[in-house]
Amino acid sequence: MVEGTAGDRAEESSLEAFRAETRAWLEANCPPEMRQPAAGDDDMCWGGRRWVFRSEAQKVWLERMAARGWTVPEWPREYGGGGLSKAEAKILQAEMARLGCRSPLSSFGIWMLGPALLKYGNEAQKREHLPRIARGEIRWCQGYSEPGAGSDLAGLKTRAEDMGDHYLVNGQKIWTSYADQADWIFCLVRTDAQAPKHLGISFLLFDMASPGVSTSPIKLISGYSPFCQTFFDNVKVPKENLVGTLNKGWDIAKYLLTHEREMIGGMGFSGDGREALSQIAAREIGLENGALADSGLRTDIVRHEIDAWAFALTMERVLDEAKAGQGTGALSSMLKYYGTELNKRRNELLMSVLGSDSLIWEGDNPRTGGKAGERPKAWLRSRANSIEGGTSEVQLNIIAKRVLQLPGA
Amino acid sequence: MALVLTEDQQMLKDSVAAFLADKAPVAQLRALRDSADATGFSRDLWREMAAMGLAGVLVPEAEGGSGFGYVGAGLAQEQIGRNLSASPMLSTAILGVTALLRGGSNAQRQALLPKIAAGDMLLALAADELARHNPTRVSTLATPSGNGFLLNGAKAFVLDGHVADKLIVSARTSGAEGAREGITLFLVDRAAAGVEVSRTVMVDSRNAAHVSLDDVQVAGEDVLGPVDGGHAILERVLDAGRACLAAEMLGVAAESFDRTVEYLKQREQFGVLIGSFQALQHRAAHLFCEVELVKSVVLRALQALDADDPRAPAFASLAKAKAGEVVRLATNEAVQLHGGIGMTDDFDVGFFMKRARAAAETFGDIAFHGDRLARLGGY
Repeated sequence: MVEGTAGDRAEESSLEAFRAETRAWLEANCPPEMRQPAAGDDDMCWGGRRWVFRSEAQKVWLERMAARGWTVPEWPREYGGGGLSKAEAKILQAEMARLGCRSPLSSFGIWMLGPALLKYGNEAQKREHLPRIARGEIRWCQGYSEPGAGSDLAGLKTRAEDMGDHYLVNGQKIWTSYADQADWIFCLVRTDAQAPKHLGISFLLFDMASPGVSTSPIKLISGYSPFCQTFFDNVKVPKENLVGTLNKGWDIAKYLLTHEREMIGGMGFSGDGREALSQIAAREIGLENGALADSGLRTDIVRHEIDAWAFALTMERVLDEAKAGQGTGALSSMLKYYGTELNKRRNELLMSVLGSDSLIWEGDNPRTGGKAGERPKAWLRSRANSIEGGTSEVQLNIIAKRVLQLPGA
Repeated sequence: MALVLTEDQQMLKDSVAAFLADKAPVAQLRALRDSADATGFSRDLWREMAAMGLAGVLVPEAEGGSGFGYVGAGLAQEQIGRNLSASPMLSTAILGVTALLRGGSNAQRQALLPKIAAGDMLLALAADELARHNPTRVSTLATPSGNGFLLNGAKAFVLDGHVADKLIVSARTSGAEGAREGITLFLVDRAAAGVEVSRTVMVDSRNAAHVSLDDVQVAGEDVLGPVDGGHAILERVLDAGRACLAAEMLGVAAESFDRTVEYLKQREQFGVLIGSFQALQHRAAHLFCEVELVKSVVLRALQALDADDPRAPAFASLAKAKAGEVVRLATNEAVQLHGGIGMTDDFDVGFFMKRARAAAETFGDIAFHGDRLARLGGY
């Protein structure tokens, strides 16, 4: 073991002081109702102009965390963030997990647009949009996919014409998450129809209340409608709403997709407290001589647990390598591909563990006397994991091309 | 502990990589096989490995070793896997030394560790008796005799058994076959009366032997660890072996993968490089992900052994299971994607597939370790 320097020890003790303060503050300020996980998307706080808080506790929790900048702990203070270092943010996360505190705000603004604006936005855009995202005042949606541009996202056709003092946007987006509840959209549009497809795309922000914007929810196999079709009919967008350089929007799109992929791939694998599949199986199926009373399923479950554990360690290693400056890079596609395929497998196995109980769609379960669960819907929802944010096949293409440098991919 | 190598570890890895690529590449294993070499590895190579500190990689510096620990041993094993270098690294430097560190008396340590570290003493672990790995299925008997014991029984798949100076033998001093209690470990001279060792020619051209014990007299001071309490030591020895075999399999998998990707960039069919076919790209990309997972589980298992982490057995099983699965995939894909030439003896990829099969089988495959992980997890 290498002896720490005096500087290391000073940093260590200031981090310990931060931990103690954070713990005390959370204990004093996190309402008891917010110290348990949200029961699905509907129970989370998404914010926005039209947001109706589900409870007083949800409102108080958001306001208190936002006042400290802790809805976005690592963003700079001048944009509504907490200005925390990586190490401090990790402590905050650990202390929240310790107390069971849920996230005060779920938001595409935080997860997706914010990082892109911090990197590509101009000062005025950062000052206008970031603090509102941090306080949960504006709810954002993402205008990427189109009916004719799914895996081939760069083939998008929604166009923005330069009308001198504004852009005129016409076209259609699809799979726009919660577009019907969003206040603003960050949107990929074609601004040069003649250029090669990747070089004629720009990144625009606009208000969903603008005349000419309309949405229509899409009912999915899960019965839920989290996605919409979104239509733009002669929508006027001020020119200052262009982010970054005209026709260079693809760079921003790629940067943002990397964030999205890491988020989707990492879902449920970095100590989020999800109950292990094996523990659920042990409870539901029972043990015989210390082994799960279904030997065939036991083998399937342990194979999944091996991969899930190996994947969690890989997430940890990728982070540790990045911190040590040894990153292999371009791993977001690997995490997205492997993480989503694993989550699909987990959902299949959960269905098997629960057997016919897992199939009950609504109403009561006469066998157990309980309510029908969310299980079949969650299983169906998980099918989308390997499609959204770039399909598994697209991720494999990216690995083949960028990491393995195979020809002509 | 962060899942990254320290600077010292990185330097060790680089120097072993350069050394083995130069001195013990696949061509050496091929030559040993083709000449039906009686030893099965180069004793000159082992002396040089000892001089580099590899024979004593686990031996503390105060006892004549280099003290690099299990992470160091695993880094060496990974390079051994990449080059298929034949050596007594696993049998002696990892299994033998771990047995002495975990169960040896001061006298046993002082007598053996410096010689091992100097490359002058070889050990072999004689634990399994059946074709499938099962360390509690011990029917070899140790009955009290004089100040020691008489050993009777037979041991299978003893790695480097035919060249070892001493064998570490598990035998039953009490308890029924299959019980954890009642197993005792013994240090036995290979040259002792009643020990018969017959070398078996294995698919991977590496060393293994069948050992029969017929009224072999061992002294009381040759008991390794407590009488009846050998199982706990044996498990730690096996876990060290499993984690280090997983590291070797990582090397085999990574090398097979690298050679295959290289081939995809050179081989032309239908007028184009076959690496441009999406069917092959996706297989290669999937394999890339699997090998990345193996890197993580191997490093964590080795770190856990060094830290005496109570989860070390689980991490060793995780690493052995996952590496065993992935090395099989990687070497089979290597043969398939190389096509006909992959089936030829002249080409090296077959050697990797053979070693993968043997290493995955040694000390428990994915079925064995899946079951063990489930039991450790309470299901």
